[in-house]
Amino acid sequence: MTEPTTVVSVSGVTKTFPRGNVTALQDINLDLGAGEFISLIGPSGCGKSTLLRVIGDLVEPTSGSVTINGKSAHQARTDRDYGIVFQDAVLFDWRTVSKNIELPLEMLGWDRPKRRTRVAEMLALVELTGFGDHHPWQLSGGMQQRVSIARALAFEPALLLMDEPFGALDEMTRERLNLELLSIWQQLQSTVVFVTHSISEAVFLSTRVVVMSPRPGRIAGIVDIDLPGPRSVETREDPRFFELVTEVRELLRMRGEHLLPEEEAAVAGEDA
Amino acid sequence: MSSGAANAASVQRSAAARVTWRSRLRGATHRAGLIALTVVALLAFYEGYNWLWRATGWTWPFPADDTTLPHLWTIFKAFADPAQVNQPSLFSVLMHKALFTAKEAFAGFVLGALFGFALGAVLAHSKLLQRGFLPYIVGSQTIPILAIAPMVVIWVNPKLPAGMQGWGAVAVISAYLTFFPVAVNSLRGLNSADPRMLELMRTYAASTWTVLWKVRFPASLPYVFSALKVAATASVVGAIIGELPSGLQSGLGGAILNFNQYYSIEPQELWATNIVAALLGIIFFLAVLGAEKAVVRRAPERRA
Ligand SMILES: Nc1ncnc2c1ncn2[C@@H]1O[C@H](COP(=O)(O)OP(=O)(O)OP(=O)(O)O)[C@@H](O)[C@H]1O
Ligand SMILES: [Mg+2]
Repeated sequence: MTEPTTVVSVSGVTKTFPRGNVTALQDINLDLGAGEFISLIGPSGCGKSTLLRVIGDLVEPTSGSVTINGKSAHQARTDRDYGIVFQDAVLFDWRTVSKNIELPLEMLGWDRPKRRTRVAEMLALVELTGFGDHHPWQLSGGMQQRVSIARALAFEPALLLMDEPFGALDEMTRERLNLELLSIWQQLQSTVVFVTHSISEAVFLSTRVVVMSPRPGRIAGIVDIDLPGPRSVETREDPRFFELVTEVRELLRMRGEHLLPEEEAAVAGEDA
Repeated sequence: MSSGAANAASVQRSAAARVTWRSRLRGATHRAGLIALTVVALLAFYEGYNWLWRATGWTWPFPADDTTLPHLWTIFKAFADPAQVNQPSLFSVLMHKALFTAKEAFAGFVLGALFGFALGAVLAHSKLLQRGFLPYIVGSQTIPILAIAPMVVIWVNPKLPAGMQGWGAVAVISAYLTFFPVAVNSLRGLNSADPRMLELMRTYAASTWTVLWKVRFPASLPYVFSALKVAATASVVGAIIGELPSGLQSGLGGAILNFNQYYSIEPQELWATNIVAALLGIIFFLAVLGAEKAVVRRAPERRA
């Protein structure tokens, strides 16, 4: 691989939460090239969300540093270099769907006609045309999550941080949104950090899968995903797909000796 | 999405709008009926008690006679009679006084609500100020309003323009009663914003003001409105009480003071005045309720 420009560089990041004296992350080193799609996978509590939040400057690392596009994480946040999708949709009840998607555009000072046009595009992108005037509570959980994705994509950030965005969705919707996300990623040429619990989802989407192990949160290994061509429905039937899924699962299991039994079960049953 | 699906969605939406409109109308008729029924029941209870206690001569919990419980028709007749010889009817006199008191109460309500919200907003942003000031704010409400009213009149009146003399000071007294619930609930409401929403705003590098305006303020509205409902009636009470030490004759407070002196002779006039005062409070309350319905957009199950 030729050396692409580094978008995110995490070096020697350790995060200890004083409360309960938890070491959520220990000595994490990770570089992300432009246009990469990286998945973070690992058992519950291994620090995936914490790593994402350190990258987004929502949590201060105890030691180590993060740079984004050569800037400090703090500077990158102030420059609005990234868009984020949380595990829950986190929509504003008092705003309509359109108004929710407009929020980051308002913050960027876009004028109304420009915002309207973009919102219409985003609604079409996540297949919610006609629901712009609804309030969030009138939508299903999956539709709400699509709104929050549209909101994160609205200002076309070059970096997307996504924390289990499809965790609460059914398998069908999830697979459809996976394909949608990939086509958006190709269109926008953005860099994505994607947290997931699902091995097959991680392999299907990513250019690299980062496997993490818990207590303390560490990188157990990184699997390069060398699936051919643009991913499609057939990709999931590709023998190479299964090999990679197995590779990731082995890595998860190898590092899982010290997992609690129920976590072990969760990891094993993940991609059934 | 295809245009067919979009059309389907819009058809669905207008159908939904029609249904809610109709069910809303039905709800309103229902409620109006219920209110009318309650009023009739209360009036019947009043006259029923009156009749039974007068007929039997019972004295517990209190006796019924023309002084303690004047008949409804006596009270309603009093509205039509002139309050004094050669003067307009009591009804028209009371309406003028109610208007005057409403002006004081409204000014007091607005003043108190704005001050209360501003105070809540300042406290919401500083734990230190919260700890320092909250005890005094709570303490301020333990002082009887009658004890501070004369001071307020003396302090405030000289600073007011000619057009606000007298009633302006009463408005300040009324505001003293209204700011407290608004301040306390604003503080709670502004702090009730979902931490994940605050985090999202952090990713947009939003300023404190933007967060206040776009997240904290809308999140606080249900809390603020429940305080405003309390404050609405409190502002009327505050205005009426405020008139007493001010020696103002133009409002309901003055009328109450006046009719108090003649209660043993003509109790119906005080009763009539009380009814008008109560109705004024109810109108204030309903106005806030209406504003809440128009402004607060929330998931139905979360509406307070
Ligand atoms: N604010 C906090 N205060 C104290 N401890 C925390 C805090 N946030 C996270 N932790 C701890 O850090 C560890 C990692 O948490 P994190 O949320 O990053 O895990 P995760 O991998 O995202 O788990 P999940 O898959 O369940 O979302 C956990 O042990 C958790 O208890
Ligand atoms: Mg997490």
